[in-house]
Amino acid sequence: MTMLREAARPTDGRPRSSSRSPRSRHAMSYLFVAGYALLAVAFGLLPVVYSIFLAFTTGDGGFAGVANFTKVFDDFRFLPAVGHVAWFLVIWLAGLVVLVTVLAIAVHAVRVRWLSRTLRLVFYLPGAVAGASSVLLWLFVLDPTASPVAGLLRLFGFTSFNQVIAPANLPPIFAIVAFWTGAGGWIVIMYGALNNISPEVIEAARIDGAGPVQIAWRIQLPLLRKWISYMGIMSLAAGTQLFVEPQLLSQASNAIVPNDYSLNQLAYLYAFQQNDFNAAAAISLLLLLIALALSAVFVTRGGLFSRD
Amino acid sequence: MFRTPRAGRGHRWAGAGALTLALALAGCGHDAGTSAGSYGFPQAAQDDKATITIWVDADRSGAVDAFKKANPDVKLDVVTYDGSANGSNSFRTKMQLFDRAGSGWPDVVFSSQNNDAAWASQGSNGKQAFAAVLNQGLVPKATLDNFTAGALNPCTVEGKVYCLRNDLAQTVLWYNKALLTQFGYTLPTTWEEYQALGEKVAAEHPGYIVGAAGDAFTPEIYFWAGKCQANGITGPKSVTVNTGSTECKRVAGMLDTLIKNGTTPTVSVFTPEFVQKYTGKVLLMPGPAWYAGAIFNNPQSLNVPKGQLGVAAPLPWKGEEPATGNVGGGTWFISSHSKNLKAAEKFAEFVTTADDYQVNLAPGYPAYAPAADKWIKKQESSGYYATDLQPLLTAGKQIWTGWGSGIFSQEAIWAKTVTPAIAGGKSLVDLLPEWQTAIKNQAQVDGYTVT
Repeated sequence: MTMLREAARPTDGRPRSSSRSPRSRHAMSYLFVAGYALLAVAFGLLPVVYSIFLAFTTGDGGFAGVANFTKVFDDFRFLPAVGHVAWFLVIWLAGLVVLVTVLAIAVHAVRVRWLSRTLRLVFYLPGAVAGASSVLLWLFVLDPTASPVAGLLRLFGFTSFNQVIAPANLPPIFAIVAFWTGAGGWIVIMYGALNNISPEVIEAARIDGAGPVQIAWRIQLPLLRKWISYMGIMSLAAGTQLFVEPQLLSQASNAIVPNDYSLNQLAYLYAFQQNDFNAAAAISLLLLLIALALSAVFVTRGGLFSRD
Repeated sequence: MFRTPRAGRGHRWAGAGALTLALALAGCGHDAGTSAGSYGFPQAAQDDKATITIWVDADRSGAVDAFKKANPDVKLDVVTYDGSANGSNSFRTKMQLFDRAGSGWPDVVFSSQNNDAAWASQGSNGKQAFAAVLNQGLVPKATLDNFTAGALNPCTVEGKVYCLRNDLAQTVLWYNKALLTQFGYTLPTTWEEYQALGEKVAAEHPGYIVGAAGDAFTPEIYFWAGKCQANGITGPKSVTVNTGSTECKRVAGMLDTLIKNGTTPTVSVFTPEFVQKYTGKVLLMPGPAWYAGAIFNNPQSLNVPKGQLGVAAPLPWKGEEPATGNVGGGTWFISSHSKNLKAAEKFAEFVTTADDYQVNLAPGYPAYAPAADKWIKKQESSGYYATDLQPLLTAGKQIWTGWGSGIFSQEAIWAKTVTPAIAGGKSLVDLLPEWQTAIKNQAQVDGYTVT
């Protein structure tokens, strides 16, 4: 967060020619914040409150207690969906944390400027393809009859699309897709964080005889800890909501990938197929709780809120 | 969703927010004055001059144009949507939102599915059922009686008809007459002969196929026609499922043999893979009426040359009456909330029965029998087919009635439980209990009593 705070602070050299009183400047800042606050309330807070209301009521507005939750727990699709999302998260988060950190440090260590810049651009590019269309792109990559890497797929023994999207392969597939689209942005952010480490510290380590690996392990990694846990929290929030990938793959595979693969899809089915908004709200609340609990782990373990 | 985390969160909030707004607005709606109505459902106040809103998919825009031409005085507001196709379920989704809003329903809706009557005939959460009852005075009895026998079954719930069928999708036996003659085979007349021929083809002409089992509608082609009791819808909320019966097992056994010997690949007929591997190699293919245009006479698909494609009536199991299955076939619904039922009825009747559309323009086999006769003559005169098309007519009357149209999608259940397993080499006979459990589970989630 230091970087953000730094950026927000007015530069000292700025001419203070503003003739406005501090009061009107405060008014101005409230005005700026109001835009965000209004939207946050309308599109963030109110829906959450509404879904809490829905989760504890019945279709015609009566109090339901925990009936919606027990209904969801008893649904034969619920536990498999939890399993799918959990397995996906494990693969994806582990891959993301390790690979992004390693790649960021590696790119940072590249001294040739143009190469470092090109690499960052190349990593970032896939993220610039909008979410749904990047999944469509992957549909082609995963189809042995259309894929540019068909040879690689055959090497793994896949000759048809149906074999590629076999249930056991889905979590790694979704993790790869997610990594491909999301990791580039994080590499750029980590790169920025690495730039933030004072050159004197690195210099001192080097004088003390530390090699690049030791510098990475003993200096850069510990200083990146907060950023890594920040990445963990954000990715977790996005990952538990896995929806677009299985949904599109379900349509493209004519439902071989089930349309109730993830928890979010199940919530969607409850709301729009079974006309049961209350159970859908119950699932989203569960997702919120799980994400909050896991985030707490990252916050405490990653020291995200501790100040330097 | 896996873009930079902030953007991802933004999407979520925006989505949830839009939902809230929609729901908040929904609270403001109110029902206009309704009366008991003379057609068996409560009606809104009627206005013969009111514009009617029509929802169709892109393929049905020809129907709208034909109606406009014939009835220039009726004011239409046409909305194109996806026809609820490919499991999108958008018809139901949207109507449920209109139910919450208390207004906004279209007057006539085309759906490419035939399990919509199951929900549209039922009110939920205290709201009036979306579909108007058609056989209690709204649509003339003579018109309803002229539909091919059984064509309105997917539209009928407890004796009331809730939609008009656009086209039938009866399954028949398609075959390549030129290839069959060249190989010196005779056309099978029972499923037993069909299987024997499949085994012969595997031995004598490997690479050629006699069917396909990779699509979500595989059970409708083989198991429905085989009278397998997987989908015995007995009431609006009850279903009988028994995939352990002899009928189911014989179909599964036959498919196991043909899948194993390579004559019935587990590849969807709509994949590039299928076209690549099997163009010119399809000897026989049980499938719905619309296969003709969708895969055989389609330059983007198998592209069978003129004069080769033949069609035979559905096969019986030895010693039994022939029966057949059905894969889709669109339906037209009239809204019970319509303010101009007269115009809505006129439209729905026109698009399902008038020659201007069903004979001259429609790509599929008309469900309305008089139109179907003319449609067949017109197709035959094209000279594309190697045989006459009477078997289609025969098949239209042989759709087995023991397979119903429930609210849940048998295709979706099959696709996720069975397709990946048979693609992975598992035996269908072994999978029957698993299939049964999957159907049961899904039916129960949708509030059905399963016996």
